[in-house]
Amino acid sequence: MCLGVPGKVVAIDGNCATVDFWGVRRQVLLDVVDEPVAVGDYVLNHVGYAIRRIPESEIGETLALFEQLLAQDDAADLMAGDVRAEIAGTGAVPDDES
Amino acid sequence: MTSPDPRAGFSELKFRDPVRARAMVEALGRITDEIGRPRVSVMHVCGSHEQAIAKFGLRATFPRALHVIMGPGCPVCITDTREVDEGVALARQGVHIATYGDMLRVPGTVMSLADAQAEGAAIHVIYSAGQAVELAARLKEPVVFFATGFETTAVATAAIVLKGLPDNLSILSAHKYIPPAMDIVAATPGLAVEGFLAAGHAATITGWGVFEPFVNRHRLPVVVAGFEPLDILAGLVKLLELVRDGAPAVVNMYPRCVTRAGNLRAQEALWEVFQPSCGRWRGIADVPDGNLAFRDRFTGVDARTRFAIDVASLPRRPVSVTAGSCICGSIMAGIKSPTDCALFGSACTPEHPVGACMVSSEGTCKIWHQYGGHPDLGGIA
Repeated sequence: MCLGVPGKVVAIDGNCATVDFWGVRRQVLLDVVDEPVAVGDYVLNHVGYAIRRIPESEIGETLALFEQLLAQDDAADLMAGDVRAEIAGTGAVPDDES
Repeated sequence: MTSPDPRAGFSELKFRDPVRARAMVEALGRITDEIGRPRVSVMHVCGSHEQAIAKFGLRATFPRALHVIMGPGCPVCITDTREVDEGVALARQGVHIATYGDMLRVPGTVMSLADAQAEGAAIHVIYSAGQAVELAARLKEPVVFFATGFETTAVATAAIVLKGLPDNLSILSAHKYIPPAMDIVAATPGLAVEGFLAAGHAATITGWGVFEPFVNRHRLPVVVAGFEPLDILAGLVKLLELVRDGAPAVVNMYPRCVTRAGNLRAQEALWEVFQPSCGRWRGIADVPDGNLAFRDRFTGVDARTRFAIDVASLPRRPVSVTAGSCICGSIMAGIKSPTDCALFGSACTPEHPVGACMVSSEGTCKIWHQYGGHPDLGGIA
Protein backbone atom coordinates (compact mmCIF):
# COMPACT_ATOMS: atom_id res chain seq x y z
CA MET A 1 0.00 0.00 0.00
CA CYS A 2 2.99 2.27 0.28
CA LEU A 3 4.05 1.89 -3.31
CA GLY A 4 1.28 3.41 -5.41
CA VAL A 5 1.62 3.14 -9.17
CA PRO A 6 2.71 5.71 -11.78
CA GLY A 7 0.80 6.34 -15.01
CA LYS A 8 0.58 8.87 -17.84
CA VAL A 9 -2.32 11.32 -18.01
CA VAL A 10 -3.99 11.11 -21.43
CA ALA A 11 -7.14 13.16 -20.79
CA ILE A 12 -8.62 15.34 -18.04
CA ASP A 13 -12.28 16.05 -17.32
CA GLY A 14 -12.66 18.28 -14.30
CA ASN A 15 -11.25 16.42 -11.30
CA CYS A 16 -10.98 13.13 -13.14
CA ALA A 17 -8.03 12.09 -15.27
CA THR A 18 -7.82 9.24 -17.73
CA VAL A 19 -4.46 7.66 -17.03
CA ASP A 20 -2.55 5.09 -19.06
CA PHE A 21 -0.90 2.34 -16.98
CA TRP A 22 1.21 0.35 -19.42
CA GLY A 23 -1.54 0.29 -22.05
CA VAL A 24 -4.46 0.01 -19.60
CA ARG A 25 -6.55 3.18 -19.49
CA ARG A 26 -8.23 3.91 -16.17
CA GLN A 27 -9.72 6.88 -14.32
CA VAL A 28 -7.85 8.53 -11.47
CA LEU A 29 -9.21 11.35 -9.30
CA LEU A 30 -7.22 14.56 -8.93
CA ASP A 31 -8.85 15.89 -5.72
CA VAL A 32 -5.73 15.68 -3.57
CA VAL A 33 -2.85 15.84 -6.07
CA ASP A 34 -0.07 18.20 -4.99
CA GLU A 35 0.24 20.28 -8.17
CA PRO A 36 -1.89 21.11 -11.21
CA VAL A 37 -1.83 18.21 -13.65
CA ALA A 38 -1.88 18.46 -17.46
CA VAL A 39 -2.23 15.91 -20.24
CA GLY A 40 1.15 14.26 -20.77
CA ASP A 41 2.13 14.44 -17.08
CA TYR A 42 2.82 11.35 -14.99
CA VAL A 43 1.02 10.92 -11.67
CA LEU A 44 1.44 8.49 -8.78
CA ASN A 45 -1.89 6.77 -8.09
CA HIS A 46 -2.78 5.37 -4.68
CA VAL A 47 -6.21 3.75 -4.08
CA GLY A 48 -7.83 5.66 -6.90
CA TYR A 49 -6.37 9.10 -6.20
CA ALA A 50 -3.34 10.82 -7.69
CA ILE A 51 -1.16 11.75 -4.70
CA ARG A 52 1.71 13.28 -6.66
CA ARG A 53 2.55 14.75 -10.03
CA ILE A 54 5.89 13.20 -10.92
CA PRO A 55 8.37 15.83 -12.15
CA GLU A 56 9.58 15.15 -15.70
CA SER A 57 13.18 14.65 -14.69
CA GLU A 58 12.16 11.79 -12.40
CA ILE A 59 9.78 9.86 -14.63
CA GLY A 60 12.34 7.45 -16.06
CA GLU A 61 13.72 6.40 -12.70
CA THR A 62 10.26 6.07 -11.18
CA LEU A 63 8.91 3.92 -14.01
CA ALA A 64 11.95 1.63 -14.01
CA LEU A 65 11.15 -0.03 -10.67
CA PHE A 66 7.55 -0.68 -11.62
CA GLU A 67 8.41 -2.04 -15.06
CA GLN A 68 10.85 -4.40 -13.42
CA LEU A 69 8.16 -5.59 -11.02
CA LEU A 70 5.41 -6.03 -13.59
CA ALA A 71 7.71 -7.67 -16.16
CA GLN A 72 8.06 -10.71 -13.94
CA ASP A 73 4.64 -12.08 -14.89
CA ASP A 74 4.51 -13.90 -11.58
CA ALA A 75 1.06 -14.03 -10.03
CA ALA A 76 2.50 -14.79 -6.58
CA ASP A 77 4.91 -11.87 -6.41
CA LEU A 78 3.86 -9.62 -3.52
CA MET A 79 5.19 -6.32 -4.88
CA ALA A 80 3.77 -6.91 -8.36
CA GLY A 81 0.47 -7.94 -6.74
CA ASP A 82 0.31 -4.71 -4.75
CA VAL A 83 1.00 -2.69 -7.91
CA ARG A 84 -1.76 -4.55 -9.80
CA ALA A 85 -4.14 -3.89 -6.88
CA GLU A 86 -3.33 -0.18 -7.18
CA ILE A 87 -4.33 -0.27 -10.86
CA ALA A 88 -7.50 -2.15 -9.88
CA GLY A 89 -8.33 0.68 -7.48
CA THR A 90 -8.75 3.15 -10.34
CA GLY A 91 -12.08 3.68 -12.07
CA ALA A 92 -13.20 2.19 -15.38
CA VAL A 93 -13.20 4.66 -18.26
CA PRO A 94 -16.92 5.05 -19.15
CA ASP A 95 -16.33 4.64 -22.91
CA ASP A 96 -14.61 1.33 -22.28
CA GLU A 97 -17.46 -0.10 -20.24
CA SER A 98 -19.71 -1.04 -23.19
CA MET B 1 6.77 -22.25 -4.80
CA THR B 2 6.23 -21.46 -8.44
CA SER B 3 7.85 -18.04 -8.25
CA PRO B 4 10.86 -17.48 -10.44
CA ASP B 5 14.17 -17.00 -8.74
CA PRO B 6 13.95 -13.56 -7.09
CA ARG B 7 17.68 -13.24 -7.61
CA ALA B 8 17.06 -12.49 -11.28
CA GLY B 9 15.30 -9.27 -10.35
CA PHE B 10 17.93 -8.54 -7.76
CA SER B 11 20.84 -8.76 -10.15
CA GLU B 12 19.14 -6.73 -12.86
CA LEU B 13 18.11 -3.91 -10.57
CA LYS B 14 21.17 -3.94 -8.45
CA PHE B 15 23.55 -4.10 -11.35
CA ARG B 16 21.85 -1.45 -13.41
CA ASP B 17 24.52 0.61 -11.72
CA PRO B 18 26.92 -2.04 -10.39
CA VAL B 19 29.65 0.38 -9.46
CA ARG B 20 27.30 2.40 -7.29
CA ALA B 21 25.78 -0.71 -5.70
CA ARG B 22 29.19 -2.18 -4.87
CA ALA B 23 30.37 1.13 -3.44
CA MET B 24 27.33 1.34 -1.18
CA VAL B 25 27.65 -2.24 0.06
CA GLU B 26 31.31 -1.52 0.87
CA ALA B 27 30.33 1.71 2.61
CA LEU B 28 27.81 -0.17 4.78
CA GLY B 29 30.58 -2.54 5.89
CA ARG B 30 33.08 0.24 6.51
CA ILE B 31 30.71 2.46 8.50
CA THR B 32 29.44 -0.48 10.56
CA ASP B 33 33.10 -1.28 11.40
CA GLU B 34 33.68 2.34 12.35
CA ILE B 35 30.70 2.23 14.69
CA GLY B 36 32.47 -0.77 16.15
CA ARG B 37 29.63 -2.35 18.12
CA PRO B 38 28.72 -6.02 17.74
CA ARG B 39 25.13 -5.12 16.88
CA VAL B 40 23.72 -2.03 15.19
CA SER B 41 19.93 -2.11 14.74
CA VAL B 42 17.92 0.19 12.53
CA MET B 43 14.22 -0.04 11.78
CA HIS B 44 12.04 0.62 8.76
CA VAL B 45 8.29 1.00 9.09
CA CYS B 46 6.98 0.07 5.67
CA GLY B 47 5.74 -3.20 4.17
CA SER B 48 6.92 -2.15 0.73
CA HIS B 49 10.44 -1.58 2.08
CA GLU B 50 10.44 -5.08 3.57
CA GLN B 51 9.16 -6.51 0.29
CA ALA B 52 12.02 -4.87 -1.58
CA ILE B 53 14.67 -5.81 1.02
CA ALA B 54 13.55 -9.45 1.03
CA LYS B 55 12.72 -9.74 -2.67
CA PHE B 56 16.07 -8.40 -3.79
CA GLY B 57 17.99 -10.25 -1.09
CA LEU B 58 19.56 -7.09 0.32
CA ARG B 59 20.15 -8.58 3.78
CA ALA B 60 22.68 -10.93 2.22
CA THR B 61 24.80 -7.89 1.38
CA PHE B 62 24.60 -6.32 4.86
CA PRO B 63 27.49 -6.56 7.30
CA ARG B 64 26.92 -9.16 10.01
CA ALA B 65 26.54 -6.57 12.78
CA LEU B 66 23.86 -4.61 10.92
CA HIS B 67 20.28 -5.58 11.71
CA VAL B 68 17.56 -3.98 9.59
CA ILE B 69 14.30 -4.68 11.41
CA MET B 70 10.77 -4.18 10.16
CA GLY B 71 8.65 -2.32 12.67
CA PRO B 72 4.90 -1.69 12.61
CA GLY B 73 4.80 -1.00 8.87
CA CYS B 74 1.93 -3.20 7.80
CA PRO B 75 -1.37 -1.32 8.17
CA VAL B 76 -3.42 -4.50 7.85
CA CYS B 77 -1.39 -6.30 10.52
CA ILE B 78 -1.60 -3.56 13.14
CA THR B 79 -5.38 -3.23 12.73
CA ASP B 80 -6.48 -4.24 16.20
CA THR B 81 -8.57 -7.32 16.95
CA ARG B 82 -11.19 -5.00 18.46
CA GLU B 83 -11.49 -3.18 15.13
CA VAL B 84 -11.82 -6.47 13.23
CA ASP B 85 -14.46 -7.49 15.80
CA GLU B 86 -16.41 -4.30 15.06
CA GLY B 87 -16.37 -5.11 11.33
CA VAL B 88 -17.40 -8.71 11.99
CA ALA B 89 -20.19 -7.65 14.39
CA LEU B 90 -21.55 -5.16 11.84
CA ALA B 91 -21.44 -7.80 9.12
CA ARG B 92 -23.32 -10.24 11.35
CA GLN B 93 -25.86 -7.50 12.06
CA GLY B 94 -26.68 -7.60 8.34
CA VAL B 95 -24.71 -4.60 7.12
CA HIS B 96 -22.75 -4.87 3.87
CA ILE B 97 -19.04 -4.47 4.59
CA ALA B 98 -16.68 -3.08 1.94
CA THR B 99 -12.98 -3.41 2.70
CA TYR B 100 -9.53 -3.90 1.19
CA GLY B 101 -8.79 -7.51 0.25
CA ASP B 102 -6.02 -8.17 2.75
CA MET B 103 -8.42 -7.50 5.64
CA LEU B 104 -10.60 -10.54 4.99
CA ARG B 105 -8.46 -13.16 6.69
CA VAL B 106 -7.09 -11.01 9.50
CA PRO B 107 -8.17 -12.71 12.73
CA GLY B 108 -10.39 -10.91 15.19
CA THR B 109 -11.02 -12.09 18.73
CA VAL B 110 -13.25 -14.92 17.56
CA MET B 111 -13.39 -14.76 13.78
CA SER B 112 -12.23 -12.97 10.66
CA LEU B 113 -14.36 -11.21 8.08
CA ALA B 114 -13.80 -14.24 5.84
CA ASP B 115 -15.27 -16.47 8.58
CA ALA B 116 -18.28 -14.14 8.82
CA GLN B 117 -18.58 -14.30 5.02
CA ALA B 118 -18.60 -18.10 5.16
CA GLU B 119 -21.51 -17.82 7.58
CA GLY B 120 -23.42 -15.72 5.08
CA ALA B 121 -22.38 -12.13 5.86
CA ALA B 122 -22.06 -9.73 2.91
CA ILE B 123 -18.39 -8.79 2.58
CA HIS B 124 -17.22 -6.95 -0.53
CA VAL B 125 -13.57 -6.58 -1.52
CA ILE B 126 -12.69 -3.17 -2.92
CA TYR B 127 -9.44 -1.67 -4.15
CA SER B 128 -10.23 1.98 -3.54
CA ALA B 129 -12.39 4.26 -1.42
CA GLY B 130 -14.29 5.30 -4.56
CA GLN B 131 -15.41 1.71 -5.10
CA ALA B 132 -17.13 1.80 -1.69
CA VAL B 133 -19.14 4.78 -2.91
CA GLU B 134 -20.04 2.96 -6.14
CA LEU B 135 -21.05 -0.14 -4.19
CA ALA B 136 -23.34 1.85 -1.88
CA ALA B 137 -24.93 3.65 -4.84
CA ARG B 138 -25.64 0.29 -6.46
CA LEU B 139 -26.90 -1.61 -3.39
CA LYS B 140 -29.15 0.98 -1.73
CA GLU B 141 -28.88 -1.04 1.52
CA PRO B 142 -26.63 0.05 4.41
CA VAL B 143 -22.94 -0.29 3.53
CA VAL B 144 -20.02 0.25 5.88
CA PHE B 145 -16.57 0.93 4.43
CA PHE B 146 -14.14 -0.71 6.87
CA ALA B 147 -11.31 1.72 6.11
CA THR B 148 -7.81 0.61 7.02
CA GLY B 149 -4.37 1.92 6.17
CA PHE B 150 -1.89 4.58 7.13
CA GLU B 151 -2.17 8.30 6.39
CA THR B 152 -1.41 7.74 2.69
CA THR B 153 -4.57 5.66 2.34
CA ALA B 154 -6.62 7.75 4.80
CA VAL B 155 -6.28 10.67 2.39
CA ALA B 156 -8.46 8.83 -0.13
CA THR B 157 -11.04 8.12 2.58
CA ALA B 158 -11.01 11.81 3.50
CA ALA B 159 -11.49 12.75 -0.15
CA ILE B 160 -14.67 10.68 -0.58
CA VAL B 161 -16.06 12.07 2.69
CA LEU B 162 -15.43 15.64 1.57
CA LYS B 163 -17.13 14.93 -1.75
CA GLY B 164 -20.21 13.67 0.13
CA LEU B 165 -21.21 10.06 0.71
CA PRO B 166 -24.43 8.33 -0.35
CA ASP B 167 -26.86 8.25 2.60
CA ASN B 168 -26.51 4.48 2.99
CA LEU B 169 -22.70 4.58 3.28
CA SER B 170 -20.80 5.10 6.52
CA ILE B 171 -17.21 4.45 7.49
CA LEU B 172 -15.58 2.35 10.19
CA SER B 173 -12.19 4.04 10.46
CA ALA B 174 -9.28 1.86 11.48
CA HIS B 175 -6.88 4.32 9.85
CA LYS B 176 -3.55 4.73 11.63
CA TYR B 177 -0.99 7.53 11.74
CA ILE B 178 2.62 6.33 11.73
CA PRO B 179 4.66 9.09 13.46
CA PRO B 180 3.20 8.51 16.97
CA ALA B 181 3.86 4.76 16.67
CA MET B 182 7.52 5.52 15.96
CA ASP B 183 7.62 7.28 19.35
CA ILE B 184 6.33 4.14 21.06
CA VAL B 185 8.81 1.89 19.29
CA ALA B 186 11.71 4.24 19.93
CA ALA B 187 10.94 4.07 23.65
CA THR B 188 10.59 0.26 23.78
CA PRO B 189 12.98 -1.04 26.42
CA GLY B 190 15.54 -3.47 25.07
CA LEU B 191 14.80 -2.79 21.42
CA ALA B 192 17.82 -0.52 20.99
CA VAL B 193 16.90 0.80 17.55
CA GLU B 194 19.46 3.44 16.63
CA GLY B 195 17.75 4.99 13.63
CA PHE B 196 14.73 4.81 11.36
CA LEU B 197 14.32 4.41 7.62
CA ALA B 198 11.07 6.18 6.71
CA ALA B 199 8.91 5.18 3.76
CA GLY B 200 9.12 7.36 0.68
CA HIS B 201 5.54 7.37 -0.50
CA ALA B 202 3.96 7.91 2.93
CA ALA B 203 6.28 10.89 3.32
CA THR B 204 5.04 12.09 -0.08
CA ILE B 205 1.89 13.07 1.80
CA THR B 206 3.28 14.20 5.17
CA GLY B 207 6.59 15.63 3.97
CA TRP B 208 9.86 14.82 5.69
CA GLY B 209 9.43 17.72 8.10
CA VAL B 210 6.95 15.58 10.06
CA PHE B 211 9.90 13.61 11.46
CA GLU B 212 11.76 16.61 12.89
CA PRO B 213 9.95 16.67 16.27
CA PHE B 214 10.58 12.92 16.58
CA VAL B 215 14.30 13.40 15.99
CA ASN B 216 14.42 16.16 18.59
CA ARG B 217 12.56 14.07 21.17
CA HIS B 218 14.50 10.85 20.77
CA ARG B 219 17.84 12.07 19.43
CA LEU B 220 17.61 9.34 16.78
CA PRO B 221 18.23 9.89 13.04
CA VAL B 222 15.56 9.36 10.38
CA VAL B 223 16.32 8.87 6.69
CA VAL B 224 13.56 8.94 4.05
CA ALA B 225 14.27 6.34 1.37
CA GLY B 226 12.74 5.03 -1.86
CA PHE B 227 12.02 1.45 -2.83
CA GLU B 228 14.62 0.44 -5.39
CA PRO B 229 17.50 -1.65 -4.06
CA LEU B 230 19.84 1.26 -4.75
CA ASP B 231 17.48 3.69 -2.98
CA ILE B 232 17.39 1.45 0.10
CA LEU B 233 21.15 0.89 0.16
CA ALA B 234 21.76 4.63 -0.21
CA GLY B 235 19.27 5.32 2.60
CA LEU B 236 21.01 2.83 4.89
CA VAL B 237 24.47 4.26 4.16
CA LYS B 238 23.25 7.73 5.13
CA LEU B 239 21.46 6.40 8.21
CA LEU B 240 24.56 4.54 9.42
CA GLU B 241 26.69 7.66 8.87
CA LEU B 242 24.31 9.58 11.11
CA VAL B 243 24.43 6.80 13.74
CA ARG B 244 28.25 6.75 13.59
CA ASP B 245 28.48 10.53 13.92
CA GLY B 246 25.90 10.69 16.71
CA ALA B 247 24.06 13.19 14.54
CA PRO B 248 20.30 12.99 15.02
CA ALA B 249 18.75 14.60 11.95
CA VAL B 250 16.21 13.98 9.22
CA VAL B 251 17.78 13.40 5.82
CA ASN B 252 15.70 13.06 2.68
CA MET B 253 17.31 10.55 0.33
CA TYR B 254 14.23 10.39 -1.90
CA PRO B 255 13.95 13.97 -3.16
CA ARG B 256 12.39 12.77 -6.42
CA CYS B 257 9.23 11.98 -4.46
CA VAL B 258 9.40 13.71 -1.10
CA THR B 259 9.59 17.38 -0.12
CA ARG B 260 9.89 18.93 3.31
CA ALA B 261 6.29 20.16 3.36
CA GLY B 262 4.74 17.21 1.54
CA ASN B 263 1.42 17.28 -0.28
CA LEU B 264 -0.36 20.18 1.44
CA ARG B 265 -3.62 19.64 -0.37
CA ALA B 266 -3.76 16.03 0.78
CA GLN B 267 -2.84 17.03 4.35
CA GLU B 268 -5.64 19.61 4.36
CA ALA B 269 -8.17 16.96 3.30
CA LEU B 270 -6.80 14.47 5.83
CA TRP B 271 -6.92 16.82 8.82
CA GLU B 272 -10.21 18.41 7.83
CA VAL B 273 -11.89 15.00 8.15
CA PHE B 274 -9.79 13.20 10.75
CA GLN B 275 -8.23 13.98 14.09
CA PRO B 276 -5.60 11.95 15.91
CA SER B 277 -6.93 9.84 18.74
CA CYS B 278 -5.48 7.22 21.02
CA GLY B 279 -5.87 3.76 19.59
CA ARG B 280 -4.70 0.23 20.00
CA TRP B 281 -2.16 -1.11 17.50
CA ARG B 282 -2.26 -4.89 17.44
CA GLY B 283 0.75 -6.29 19.18
CA ILE B 284 2.27 -2.88 19.89
CA ALA B 285 0.39 -0.83 22.48
CA ASP B 286 -2.21 1.84 22.93
CA VAL B 287 -0.67 4.54 20.77
CA PRO B 288 -1.55 8.11 21.79
CA ASP B 289 -2.62 9.92 18.58
CA GLY B 290 -1.98 6.74 16.61
CA ASN B 291 -5.51 6.36 15.24
CA LEU B 292 -7.39 8.62 12.86
CA ALA B 293 -10.92 9.31 14.15
CA PHE B 294 -13.60 11.47 12.54
CA ARG B 295 -13.83 15.07 13.60
CA ASP B 296 -17.13 16.11 15.21
CA ARG B 297 -18.37 17.61 11.95
CA PHE B 298 -18.27 14.18 10.33
CA THR B 299 -19.76 11.98 13.05
CA GLY B 300 -22.71 11.54 10.68
CA VAL B 301 -20.62 9.31 8.43
CA ASP B 302 -18.98 7.48 11.35
CA ALA B 303 -20.26 3.90 11.47
CA ARG B 304 -19.59 3.91 15.24
CA THR B 305 -22.16 6.69 15.62
CA ARG B 306 -24.64 5.36 13.11
CA PHE B 307 -24.80 1.79 14.38
CA ALA B 308 -24.88 0.19 17.79
CA ILE B 309 -21.97 -2.16 17.16
CA ASP B 310 -22.51 -5.12 19.40
CA VAL B 311 -19.08 -6.68 19.74
CA ALA B 312 -20.23 -8.50 22.87
CA SER B 313 -22.68 -10.48 20.74
CA LEU B 314 -19.86 -12.34 18.99
CA PRO B 315 -19.72 -16.00 20.01
CA ARG B 316 -16.94 -16.74 22.48
CA ARG B 317 -14.48 -19.33 21.30
CA PRO B 318 -11.45 -20.47 23.21
CA VAL B 319 -8.17 -19.37 21.66
CA SER B 320 -6.56 -22.40 20.04
CA VAL B 321 -3.19 -23.58 21.27
CA THR B 322 -1.78 -22.72 17.84
CA ALA B 323 -3.11 -19.15 17.82
CA GLY B 324 -1.95 -18.76 21.43
CA SER B 325 1.67 -19.28 20.45
CA CYS B 326 1.59 -16.80 17.54
CA ILE B 327 4.28 -14.11 18.03
CA CYS B 328 2.98 -11.60 15.45
CA GLY B 329 2.84 -8.92 18.13
CA SER B 330 6.53 -9.22 18.91
CA ILE B 331 7.34 -9.33 15.20
CA MET B 332 5.41 -6.13 14.54
CA ALA B 333 7.13 -4.48 17.49
CA GLY B 334 10.47 -5.44 15.92
CA ILE B 335 11.49 -7.58 18.88
CA LYS B 336 11.38 -10.91 17.04
CA SER B 337 11.74 -12.25 13.50
CA PRO B 338 9.41 -14.65 11.69
CA THR B 339 12.06 -17.36 11.96
CA ASP B 340 11.82 -17.08 15.78
CA CYS B 341 8.23 -18.38 15.54
CA ALA B 342 7.57 -22.10 15.94
CA LEU B 343 4.52 -21.82 13.68
CA PHE B 344 6.24 -20.00 10.78
CA GLY B 345 6.02 -22.02 7.57
CA SER B 346 4.53 -25.07 9.28
CA ALA B 347 1.31 -24.42 11.21
CA CYS B 348 1.16 -20.88 9.78
CA THR B 349 1.38 -20.39 6.01
CA PRO B 350 -0.17 -17.91 3.52
CA GLU B 351 -2.74 -20.60 2.69
CA HIS B 352 -3.58 -21.16 6.38
CA PRO B 353 -2.49 -18.02 8.25
CA VAL B 354 -2.61 -18.03 12.06
CA GLY B 355 -1.53 -14.42 12.60
CA ALA B 356 -2.08 -11.15 10.78
CA CYS B 357 1.56 -10.94 9.62
CA MET B 358 1.05 -14.02 7.42
CA VAL B 359 -2.14 -12.58 5.85
CA SER B 360 -1.15 -9.30 4.27
CA SER B 361 1.19 -8.80 1.32
CA GLU B 362 2.90 -6.25 3.59
CA GLY B 363 3.15 -8.55 6.61
CA THR B 364 6.66 -9.55 7.63
CA CYS B 365 5.82 -13.27 7.83
CA LYS B 366 4.16 -13.42 4.42
CA ILE B 367 7.05 -11.50 2.85
CA TRP B 368 9.66 -13.77 4.45
CA HIS B 369 7.63 -16.84 3.51
CA GLN B 370 7.69 -15.83 -0.14
CA TYR B 371 11.13 -14.35 -0.50
CA GLY B 372 13.05 -15.58 2.52
CA GLY B 373 14.37 -13.19 5.14
CA HIS B 374 18.05 -14.03 5.06
CA PRO B 375 18.64 -15.59 1.63
CA ASP B 376 21.98 -17.03 0.71
CA LEU B 377 23.05 -14.99 -2.28
CA GLY B 378 26.66 -16.10 -2.23
CA GLY B 379 26.70 -16.50 -5.97
CA ILE B 380 25.63 -12.94 -6.64
CA ALA B 381 26.63 -10.59 -3.89
